[in-house]
Amino acid sequence: MRDRACIVGIGETAYVRRPGSGMSQLGLQLQAAVRAIGDAGLDAAQIDGLMPFPNLGSAEELAANLGCENLRYAATIHMGGAAPVASLQAAATAVIAGIASYVLIPAGWNGYSGARARQTVAVDASSMPGGAIARDYYLPHGLTAPPQWYSLMARRHMHEYGTRPEQLGAIAVAMRKHAQLNPRAVMHGRPMSLDDYLASPMLADPYRLFDCCLETDGAAAALVTTPERARDLDKRPVYIMAAAAGQPYPADEITNRKDIFETGLTIAAPEAFARAGIGAADVDFAEIYDCFTFEVLQQIEETGFCKRGEGGAFVEGGRIELGGELPVNTHGGLLSEAHVLGMNHIVEAVRQLRGDAEERQVENAEIGIVTGWGDFGDGSIAILRR
Amino acid sequence: MADAGTGTSRPLPELQGFSKDFYEWCKKRELRFQRCSDCGVWCHVPREMCAECGSWRWEWTRSSGRGSVFTWTVVVRAMHPAFEEDVPLAPAVIEMEEGVRLLSQVEDCPPQELEIGMPVEVVFDDVTPEITLPKFRRVRRARRSPENGVS
Repeated sequence: MRDRACIVGIGETAYVRRPGSGMSQLGLQLQAAVRAIGDAGLDAAQIDGLMPFPNLGSAEELAANLGCENLRYAATIHMGGAAPVASLQAAATAVIAGIASYVLIPAGWNGYSGARARQTVAVDASSMPGGAIARDYYLPHGLTAPPQWYSLMARRHMHEYGTRPEQLGAIAVAMRKHAQLNPRAVMHGRPMSLDDYLASPMLADPYRLFDCCLETDGAAAALVTTPERARDLDKRPVYIMAAAAGQPYPADEITNRKDIFETGLTIAAPEAFARAGIGAADVDFAEIYDCFTFEVLQQIEETGFCKRGEGGAFVEGGRIELGGELPVNTHGGLLSEAHVLGMNHIVEAVRQLRGDAEERQVENAEIGIVTGWGDFGDGSIAILRR
Repeated sequence: MADAGTGTSRPLPELQGFSKDFYEWCKKRELRFQRCSDCGVWCHVPREMCAECGSWRWEWTRSSGRGSVFTWTVVVRAMHPAFEEDVPLAPAVIEMEEGVRLLSQVEDCPPQELEIGMPVEVVFDDVTPEITLPKFRRVRRARRSPENGVS
């Protein structure tokens, strides 16, 4: 399957907080979709595959608005933020098999002006990963929101490996630095030092405010097809070398893991590298799902860029900044660009590999990875190349 | 315990299915977990069948109630309105002697004094007339006495 599917279109809305997008959740996604379709040089009527994000809209309403009269493939992958990248895997499979010709993957929400991620549980308990398990065994004890779940792991990692807050801060600082080169980023024009990071208020110890992703309004989309069809289109394709997804065990409960640092990515990454026929050392940049700083560190370890426990040292000293050995989240990530459910990471990876990343361009970028993270540690990874 | 003054009621478990069993035992002041009748593995959260051996036979088996602190977070800024008046609050993962872990709280320990590995034992908190939650307290070292056979 290597290189037999490619991304030929990307689209984004503006990313905003106050005063809100002024658009509906569906409207945002449609705008991003229309832009991706236009970027590819296609008409919306040609889209015959749709992979909406879990719980943010149906294929039916997207198709009805876009005018997709010939929808042959519609599927949603229920892995939270890991869904967009996992959808690259599924979309690749669909186009390679000839089940669909052009698969659109949209994702977007009013994460600032609508119900914010931190509040979704208070608003709708059934929306929480783990569903009834969380309702019955976590919420009564005050564990209600993502920073709280994952900070349980971060503390344990600090205990077992000596990971320090300054190392989490190095991740936040790198993402913010990259956002200064990205005019679309919500944190553009708002630089942050390590001291600023350490001074930021604690939310769920050890997670501070600046360990946490943004809550923003916005949408993005990507369009997948075969290299054969890409020849007739406007943009240079970005090839999907491999994409894989995985789940931790058990996926629906975060306290009884046999290996508490094993995530879906632990399973997916070796598989993706094997199918791509490359290793971690061949990767020129990494767009890593940064819901929180520690999750970046954890994913760096589980992808195999370093050994487990060495992530703290890995992220220090500028290694993950532009110009360093492995630039991470060249757009600023969920931490400093916007929270677009990881779809903005796919868009940035495509820009890098097209050579369109302007001031953020990684020189000679040939191969990049994008990861997704969802729910209680579901994971996905796509290895993309020029 | 009364609801927080915010007027938003605390989230409570729904007493149906396995949760009903689990919390009924808590109301009786017993911490019980499922234990597989065929392979003996203990399980939490409750499941339909044993993932280790495939058996459908299990029993609610009483735990020693003793465990240690595995990890925790300190909620400094509440993200659910019901807990705004409780911060700082430390939901903690307790690893029981039997091997299972559960999410609870160590009631008598200020968050800054928590330590990984701290020995704890279960206590029961009647949060409503219907619902009792298992919580934990620090295990104090027993005083030595002639009956303990100390030389």
